[in-house]
Amino acid sequence: MSAHAHDHAEDHDDHGHHHKETFVTKYIFSQDHKMISKQYLITGLFMGIIGIAMSLLFRMQLAWPDHQFTIYEIFLGKWAEGGVMDPSVYLALVTIHGTIMVFFVLTAGLSGTFSNLLIPLQIGARDMASGFLNMISYWLFFLSSVFMVMSLFVEAGPASAGWTIYPPLSALPQAIPGSGAGMTLWLVSMAIFIASSLLGALNYIVTVINLRTKGMSMTRLPLTIWAFFVTAIIGVVSFPVLLSAALMLIMDRSFGTSFFLSDIYIAGEVLHNQGGSPVLFEHLFWFLGHPEVYIVILPAMGLVSEIMATNSRKPIFGYRAMIASILAIAFLSTIVWGHHMFISGMNPFLGSVFTFTTLLIAIPSAVKSFNWITTLWKGNLQMNPAMLFSIGFVSTFITGGLTGIILGDSALDINVHDTYFVVAHFHLVMGVSALYGLFAGVYHWFSKMFEGRMLNKNLGYIHFWVTVIGAYGVFFPMHFIGMAGLPRRYYTNTNFPYFDDLADVNVIITIFAIITAAGQLVFLYNFISSMFFGKKGPKNPWNSNTLEWTAEVKHIHGNWDGPIPEVHRWPYDYSKLNKAGDDYVITGQDYVPQHIPLRDNEEEMNH
Amino acid sequence: MTAFLVVLVIILFGVALMQMNKIFLMSKTKVDETAQIASDKDNNTQGYIMLAFVFFTYFLLIYCFWEWGDVLLPEAASEHGAGLDTLMFVSMALIFVVGFFTLWLLSWFAFKYRGKKENRALFFADNDKLEFIWTIIPVIVLAGLIIYGLFTWTDIMNVDTEDDPMVVELYAYQFDWRARYSGPDNTLGEANVRLIEGVNQLGVDVSDPNSQDDVVVNELHLPLGRKVLFKMRSQDVLHSAYMPHFRAQMNCVPGMITQFAFTPSISTADMRLNEDVVGKVSRINKIRRDKSVELLAKGEEALEPYEFDYMLLCNKICGTNHYNMQMKIVVESQEDYDAWMATQPNIAEVIKE
Repeated sequence: MSAHAHDHAEDHDDHGHHHKETFVTKYIFSQDHKMISKQYLITGLFMGIIGIAMSLLFRMQLAWPDHQFTIYEIFLGKWAEGGVMDPSVYLALVTIHGTIMVFFVLTAGLSGTFSNLLIPLQIGARDMASGFLNMISYWLFFLSSVFMVMSLFVEAGPASAGWTIYPPLSALPQAIPGSGAGMTLWLVSMAIFIASSLLGALNYIVTVINLRTKGMSMTRLPLTIWAFFVTAIIGVVSFPVLLSAALMLIMDRSFGTSFFLSDIYIAGEVLHNQGGSPVLFEHLFWFLGHPEVYIVILPAMGLVSEIMATNSRKPIFGYRAMIASILAIAFLSTIVWGHHMFISGMNPFLGSVFTFTTLLIAIPSAVKSFNWITTLWKGNLQMNPAMLFSIGFVSTFITGGLTGIILGDSALDINVHDTYFVVAHFHLVMGVSALYGLFAGVYHWFSKMFEGRMLNKNLGYIHFWVTVIGAYGVFFPMHFIGMAGLPRRYYTNTNFPYFDDLADVNVIITIFAIITAAGQLVFLYNFISSMFFGKKGPKNPWNSNTLEWTAEVKHIHGNWDGPIPEVHRWPYDYSKLNKAGDDYVITGQDYVPQHIPLRDNEEEMNH
Repeated sequence: MTAFLVVLVIILFGVALMQMNKIFLMSKTKVDETAQIASDKDNNTQGYIMLAFVFFTYFLLIYCFWEWGDVLLPEAASEHGAGLDTLMFVSMALIFVVGFFTLWLLSWFAFKYRGKKENRALFFADNDKLEFIWTIIPVIVLAGLIIYGLFTWTDIMNVDTEDDPMVVELYAYQFDWRARYSGPDNTLGEANVRLIEGVNQLGVDVSDPNSQDDVVVNELHLPLGRKVLFKMRSQDVLHSAYMPHFRAQMNCVPGMITQFAFTPSISTADMRLNEDVVGKVSRINKIRRDKSVELLAKGEEALEPYEFDYMLLCNKICGTNHYNMQMKIVVESQEDYDAWMATQPNIAEVIKE
């Protein structure tokens, strides 16, 4: 396979220089994976700004439910007349925040950006298998973003049935205003998003299988590529199921079918629907929905593994175990969806089965965490911002993951299901962790994206510390209000005097949320200013072994000016000593890039 | 003309400045390429902050417990709830131990091995024994937790009809609850939303003999120590019947009847005397008094003082008023329950009116 890739590359060599790139083909309808990755990142960040701004609005509502804020009126218009937020727009904000963050930021913005940037560069390919499909994939994503943003402006308001859009609430405009045109646009947007994600994923899979350079066997792939590869497979397996669920929901909404509806009396009349089941929708939704959280977290894990090894100046500990646990997580992720449905009314025996599979997933996750910690042990840690975010990732992955042991246990789930305990858990383990992965990736590969320009490290440090302290400040106390029995998605808790003593906790959470969000402005400033005025760094700033740092700093079509480098070793030969043990394999240099042939003075490992 | 000249001069001045800047940049010796890469000084500072970070995490945990440990739910008011709380305690203890050590190692290593130019990292790529150990330990621990959890779960969910539970229907609709008692025959009459008409809000089939003695109420009374089997129905969208004090929750699904059973073990009166509840209620009342002062100053109505009651709340997003869909639950002695029940008209009586 890889030999073929090499040939393919050879006859490509003198290409690239002939094409005359226009502004449109270079910056807009680009088929170059590096440009597409930047497009994904910037679209993702833009959506992220919307998503985080929404969370601030509803956090303010939760903290100060009886205050009037002019800011509501500015952003929400008719839904916040006199500065009082309408309950239906509260639910809309929660819904769209979830949708945007999960799909548009953490799926497309994270996996889309780094799969596109790193797959060709790290496996030694000139571009993706199909640059055209790759371009289509991005533009479908862009289109779905446009639809999602458009849905914010429809008359009756955007979708507001929660990001899980359980019918009948999402199917019946009589049940909630957002289930009218807003929900239709939501479904259209998601359908396009799924198409985009499938095109992208198929491209990633084909590229990783077919276009590896000579010598790049599967066991020499950096863990980033393994993560992207497996993520793409999970996406191909599970996203179509969401599409089918969305199509059935569209049918139920617009064409009078009864897939998910039965025996409903609403707004003074009985609906004709008979025989459908909302539980069926929950099964279909979570058959994607749960793998989705791994689609979000696996790429982050891959990025973190790579960054940690590089900055520890040590090989990643247990490379093969890391691959095995990625595969185990991927497999298990498709058979655990029922743990979102323990109390949905499905047969309790199924609950037992899903408890079993769910807690199993803790094993590969534990192995990964221990391996990361061991990677740090006796390293020579270079505390670059990317490294800090990687360490932060492991921290939140542990704290968030551990509470999964409680939620994955069907018996314990009974009383914390749909409370703030769940909100705290998944935000830490998949939201914040995946965002740290995204930030780590941006800090690490920024110079690869922007032709040698680097992000300012001091701003990076400020960004990191504000974010980690703030994120724990937001989500740690949330466990407590959850265990106090406070349900999520409540517009205000003031109707239950029993929850009055939780009001001050909510204030603290909101203050931390505002501080954390303000910290992101530092990052935005750093990102935009470095993009144009950032100082250029060396070609291989982190002294890394992987192939992308051998590629040209200036972006050219085809990545390498000359022939594609051949690979002779795995990517983790950091601080490897020579046979005598008195110096590194290459004198005075603690890393041996993948394209360096095996030397006489070194021992051959099994890679 | 003068204006034009002024503008021209300003532009030329700007251009001159830019050119000078360019010459200045070109004359400068090689720019420091490594400026944005962590130096030993950065490694040192960040290493120390990393160590402080783990203490921050511990502090946050202790502070949360110290400050908000008392907001948590009081002891379980149902028989199965006690078992659940033990399982919760065991799992929590495990989480704390594991979290404490792993977070410590993470930050300690980040501090201890912070980079220095002269240091050399250890080339340590594999160790089968270590990896085996930390695979097998989670396997054993989780196997224990899984088995423990599954036994608890099966006990709760498998309702033994030999206990002769009292059958009660919980009926959810936007945005309120109704309860339907099955009456002396302990059998609920058939019902369907298609039969909803006038006073028959729950769509009970009035021709069904079983339904004649059914009693529909909007406040749930439960006799102490008697097992209750709840049958949940929903009229419109998904709802979830959440009774946090009883450690009980089940979704209400339109088109489907779901169920959950528990035995109340502490009466409302006794729970009001529970130490945790007394403390919580007095804190809540203090907050409400303070707030009332503010409200009165603004010329609004004061808040009523709070008295503890069990509650049923909706815990599945169901529409705009989701946040205020509640029903009071009263647990009382069998005699008090019977006395209350005697005052409630059954369906036959209601329809006749």
